[in-house]
Amino acid sequence: MLQFLPKHNSVRPTRRQFLLGTAVTTAGLAVGYRLMMAAPANAQTTPATVQANPFQTYVEITPENRIVIHSSQFEMGQGSYFGIATLVMEELDGDWAQVHVVGGYGNTALYGNLAWGGAAQGTGGSTSMSSSWERYRKAGAAARAMLVAAAAQRWDVPAGEITVASGVVSHASGMQARFGDLAEAAAGMPVPDDVPLKPRDKWAQIGSDSLKRYDSAGKTNGAQTYTIDLKMDGLNTAVMIHPPKFGAEIESFDASKAKALDGIVDVVQTPRGIAVVGRDMWTALKGRDLVEVTWNEEKAERRGTAEIMAEYTKAADDPGAATARDDGNTPAALASAEKVIQGHYEFPYLVHASIEPLNAAARINEDGTIDVWGGHQMPDLYQAAAAQVGGTTPDKVRLHVMKTGGSFGRRAVSDADLIIEAVSTARALGPGKPVKVQWTRENDMRGGRYRPAYVHAVKAGLDKEGNVVALHDHIVGQSIAGGSPFAAMIENGIDPTSVEGATNLPYAIPNLKIELTTTDVNIPVLWWRSVGSTHTAYAMETLIDELAAAANRDPVDFRLSMLGHHPRHAGVLKLAAEKAGWDKPLPEGRFRGVALHESLSTYVAEVVEITFNDGNDFKVDRVVCAVDCGTAINPDQIRAQMEGGIGFGLGAILQEELTLTGGVVDQENYDTYTPLRIEQMPRVEVHIVPSDEPPTGVGEPGVPPIGPAVANALRAATSKTIRKLPIIFAKCSQGSSLSGREKRPVL
Amino acid sequence: MVAFTINGEARTLDVDPEMPLLWAIRDGIGLTGTKFGCGLAQCGACTVHVNGMPTRSCQTAVGDIEGASITTIEGVSGKIGETVQAVWAEFDVPQCGYCQSGQIMSAVALLTETPKPTDDDIDSAMSGNLCRCATYHRIRAAIHETANRLET
Repeated sequence: MLQFLPKHNSVRPTRRQFLLGTAVTTAGLAVGYRLMMAAPANAQTTPATVQANPFQTYVEITPENRIVIHSSQFEMGQGSYFGIATLVMEELDGDWAQVHVVGGYGNTALYGNLAWGGAAQGTGGSTSMSSSWERYRKAGAAARAMLVAAAAQRWDVPAGEITVASGVVSHASGMQARFGDLAEAAAGMPVPDDVPLKPRDKWAQIGSDSLKRYDSAGKTNGAQTYTIDLKMDGLNTAVMIHPPKFGAEIESFDASKAKALDGIVDVVQTPRGIAVVGRDMWTALKGRDLVEVTWNEEKAERRGTAEIMAEYTKAADDPGAATARDDGNTPAALASAEKVIQGHYEFPYLVHASIEPLNAAARINEDGTIDVWGGHQMPDLYQAAAAQVGGTTPDKVRLHVMKTGGSFGRRAVSDADLIIEAVSTARALGPGKPVKVQWTRENDMRGGRYRPAYVHAVKAGLDKEGNVVALHDHIVGQSIAGGSPFAAMIENGIDPTSVEGATNLPYAIPNLKIELTTTDVNIPVLWWRSVGSTHTAYAMETLIDELAAAANRDPVDFRLSMLGHHPRHAGVLKLAAEKAGWDKPLPEGRFRGVALHESLSTYVAEVVEITFNDGNDFKVDRVVCAVDCGTAINPDQIRAQMEGGIGFGLGAILQEELTLTGGVVDQENYDTYTPLRIEQMPRVEVHIVPSDEPPTGVGEPGVPPIGPAVANALRAATSKTIRKLPIIFAKCSQGSSLSGREKRPVL
Repeated sequence: MVAFTINGEARTLDVDPEMPLLWAIRDGIGLTGTKFGCGLAQCGACTVHVNGMPTRSCQTAVGDIEGASITTIEGVSGKIGETVQAVWAEFDVPQCGYCQSGQIMSAVALLTETPKPTDDDIDSAMSGNLCRCATYHRIRAAIHETANRLET
């Protein structure tokens, strides 16, 4: 049996080599991320390139009449494939029944994310629609024009007399052709460089409330397949053994008992752990339990979260290591303020915890090429990583972009973890032996790449008239970009993902200071749906609410009075308040809270209603959400993403936290790490602000306001602000799934 | 050797009787609509019907289902099941879709037992099925709509 032992194997790339090998790609990503942070809604300002032949790039039409759209953007449930198909179909006038979307890759010029300046292909920052808005409408329009040109040539009639509807090209003479009949000829037509796009008043697909996702039926009958469902000749399944602490390394291991088990194919060492390869999952799991590993924990992180958070809290009271925003003279203004509110916020580590545990499959082929199946959210990066660990060049790597059971950011990981495991295992097995690496829930929960834990030390002051004169926030926590190939996005000691949502606080506050201290903790962290805004929005919006109360002002009016220069913020806030009946009294025992936050250029306000029974029990009954995401491409999907974002965010603030004791992760499964369940889901109403602005994203921005809105409702009920998350309450109807959790009273 | 019926078809499998039914269905029989999510009966993605009862297949040993009748998402049929599936698609309930096989198996069992479920009935019948996309709002609406359609 072939062993793949890194200590004696010169072909295994070290982590450092891997980083260097992908430096070009990731430098591009870092630059792109900065561009996105700077001007996310302005993707269209990217210089236009010559229109690529749509049939060879974006809109393949098969002789069987299928419309196969090659998407630059990754589908993880958020509906990007549907959104892109909507843009294409608006211009193409095809037949939805023929639509199929696949993931494109391998050509940054074609598929680079335009919200990132086209620097790299990738999905993140809720940019899929802003990146695709012109690109895919133009592709659809060019494809339609070429189909028409091909028909005109074939029928010898003027192109202007030809019409297209539902995938059929027609002429008044009675001649008709399906797209598939014309596809070959159309692909050879000259590519029109500047096809006019339909004016807004002619749109039939964009903005349609009756248009349904083309891919829902397959998700109701078991037909939709994911990486876990791959079938191919000779495919084996590998289960991973990872270090018990982050940073621990394999000292030695004994796989003899595992290898003696019927059905175990091999046990191999990868750069990230031991892969136990079996003929099926159950066999691999049994084999895994027989492998004996000795770990070297010299370099391991051995702190627990209790120690880490104590260190953060202490650091938060010292001056920050870097300043991200500094308007006016905040210390002086706080010193002379009439009333000062201050405190420490604590945010735990959070897990993405998608229901499909992470996985990827790879096969080394006899000709030296490599096939890699998986959730390729960062295709350029993963192609480079697969080539590096597979000992070849990126052009020899074929990616199969699979749909995934969630991601929430976890499939966009700079160290390409699953890709490295799958390709190195496949390489150890040898050519022609495909292998699927399938993490267990426990691998997934303990595998790192969490939303970082943070502490915020805040201080804010009011003057005699109840105006906010100063606000100071010192954020302490790990950098997502730091120590990764994305480190280039850090400028002047500021990782923008640590402070976003605070640095762009929209309120007119004359003295505002945001400081950051980045900590050195060896727990791998990552973007988690709405990234920095997951914690900054909570700190800022609960603080603003507390200031409103201290000033004896209505929370909505108080915010509006500071939003004079931010009409889109004010617009969603007013709409949510109006639809929620903010001015109407509530029955006894019910309370409202509001929060407003812009993230990734989408503006969201949420008003919640809670029933509060006593100090230990409350339930979120209703959420009214208003969203301004520019032009609404798929209104029902905007609603779906707001609904889902609210549920995702609510679970986190109520009851999700990942803790470590002595460097070991305490939670392994959904019994102790507890996402929201159905009985906890409030009624949600979503209202979309009509807009002609370019579209922005909706995958993430529904998340940030829900936490502070709930906390503000609880403050309305109790006069107390919850500053330590999650809110785990002792006996709450919404806490019924928390058996086995240590609970603390809400107050 | 374990003999059982799956989606109306008689099958025998020569596997370790301790193998969870989930892996027998997926790796042994090759039906992949039933999903792995936790392996601990915490998420419900692996829900199938065993003699009509919604069951977490990850915690059911294949050796224990000798002679039983199993229905997976691929075998959903009949008026209730087909209406659930149709409404699910019509309401665009799924986002990533990964948990939805289990959701639908639980919903079909609920509606079979309780044709006109209340919100509380739905919450208690569906509580074992996690959806990380949090499509719960639409799941609830789709179950009510299915009940309405089946009534007429």
